[in-house]
Amino acid sequence: MLALTGVATALAILPLLWILSYVLRQGAPAISIGFLTHLPTPVGVPGGGIANALVGSAITVGLGVLIAVPVGVLVAFYVATHPQAPLGLAVRFGTDVIAGVPSIVMGIFAYTLIVVPQRHFSALAGGAVLAFIMLPIIIRTTEEMLRLVPASLREASLALGASEWRTALSVLLPAAASGVITGVMLAVARGAGEAAPMLFTAFGNPFMNVALDQPIATLPHTIFVYAISPYEDWRAKAWATALVLIALVLVFNVAARLFSWWRVRKLGSVTR
Amino acid sequence: MAVHSRAGALPPLSLLKRLHYAWQHGDRVFRLLTGAAALAVLALVLAIGLKLWQQSALSRQAFGLTFLVTSSWDPAVDQSFGALPFIAGTLVTSLVALVVAVPLSLGVAIFLAELAPSWLRQPLGFLVELLAAVPSVVYGLWGLFAFIPGFVRPLATGLNSGLGFLPIFEGPVLSPSRLAASLVLAIMILPTISAVSRDVFRAIPGAQREAALALGATHWEMIWQVLVPAGLSGLLGATILGLGRALGETIAVTMVIGNNLDASASLLRPGYTMASIIANEFAEATYDLYQNALIEIGLVLFVLTLIINLVARLLIWRVARTHGNPTS
Repeated sequence: MLALTGVATALAILPLLWILSYVLRQGAPAISIGFLTHLPTPVGVPGGGIANALVGSAITVGLGVLIAVPVGVLVAFYVATHPQAPLGLAVRFGTDVIAGVPSIVMGIFAYTLIVVPQRHFSALAGGAVLAFIMLPIIIRTTEEMLRLVPASLREASLALGASEWRTALSVLLPAAASGVITGVMLAVARGAGEAAPMLFTAFGNPFMNVALDQPIATLPHTIFVYAISPYEDWRAKAWATALVLIALVLVFNVAARLFSWWRVRKLGSVTR
Repeated sequence: MAVHSRAGALPPLSLLKRLHYAWQHGDRVFRLLTGAAALAVLALVLAIGLKLWQQSALSRQAFGLTFLVTSSWDPAVDQSFGALPFIAGTLVTSLVALVVAVPLSLGVAIFLAELAPSWLRQPLGFLVELLAAVPSVVYGLWGLFAFIPGFVRPLATGLNSGLGFLPIFEGPVLSPSRLAASLVLAIMILPTISAVSRDVFRAIPGAQREAALALGATHWEMIWQVLVPAGLSGLLGATILGLGRALGETIAVTMVIGNNLDASASLLRPGYTMASIIANEFAEATYDLYQNALIEIGLVLFVLTLIINLVARLLIWRVARTHGNPTS
């Protein structure tokens, strides 16, 4: 019976190894510097690339982080300082609700909120929906880190005469910084891989675009469009793009873990 | 300019004096900012529900509650919309995914929490969590071109030839299929269920384990007859959390389920889910009633995942309270 659990674990890890090796094998032949720097070409024309999707993903994810991190950190401060207050409990509950909303429903929400009034798809809408998706991740990791900061640190700062906001900014935030950074990295990894909400917010764009009020291409959306197309060379490009995306996502995930592991090893505790 | 008589109000001052005032009374600003951010989170939740409710008004008024039980989906000719095939498809694929994922996740959680040698735990746990990091669209891509031909089709053929008399394994064997979607979903929710289950096992105090072993139980008896019952509500919560994730999964399912309004009970044929019809048809919804109907499906999905996630959180929280350790 005990061996069965080992078998279960092996069965669980098998798909991961299969996916990674398959994406590597199918995608590696098509990867080149040209692939990463050229714009997409029409079907059948050799050479194309995913430069617009790389830039688009960077812009939408960057926008999402820009919106989600300040709001998320402030919310985490509120929840950490008022854990038992009714608003604090309601916010914790609300964060869980937002975390559980399917990404396609978030996409519909961003569509009705931003795309419809503006009457066009935009990178802004894409960034906003990613911000909504990333928000609970940032709130949770920051709040956990803030709770780990010893109360004596906060009390010492207050005792030395710093006001509440100076304490928060100069003492608590640096102490929880590693958690915030880990949270941001995990949120970026999550946001970079979301395709469903992009279907009706950023909408995709075959050309290079850096304007926030125009549709923009993103890596996962490009993979989706290429993968379900009937063209052989587009499907080959889908594998190569998937390799790029999965490499980026894994790098961010591993970096987030290594960072918090390094912090623990170097400083002997998870906070400063 | 008259000075306001309300206590604590700012008298009219120059910019510099205002900044100095803010610096000295920054706590008020800070508290305001954090409070506003907290309210913004609640506002976001309410806004999502409200917008979905508002934008599905046409469809709700036209079809009422029969929307949930009608099977016709004909945007082109009849303009009649019924969500039953999608609701059924979502529930079927998610439940089959649970049936496959829960025993595996339990096994993984037990192995990683109790049985694996300590040097193996971290790397294996990390690998299982990496499953959750793979983007959904990559699961769909791999599912469509590698998993279906390499595993699902042989499995489906085998199930059909051996158990084809059961309505759920009735032929013809087509791919993509609901079975493919269920299996891909199972892989995707496995890390969620096993991570929470591991936390549940870790929250059970060591004294329980030692007491069981001291009374002469074997290792397996200790796990199966002491730990699992002790953490049962938490394990149930983990399962329901996985269900919540499976219900909302869009892109991977869209790519491997075939997107067909098939009404048969067989798993070996293509199907449709709520999330995948929205993904497929939203950008092509040319008139208002059509779009409203799709948004109403989104509303149903939202409410469903909301309830499921609440139940899951409640169960997990109960285990945390019983054993005095926060698990999530």
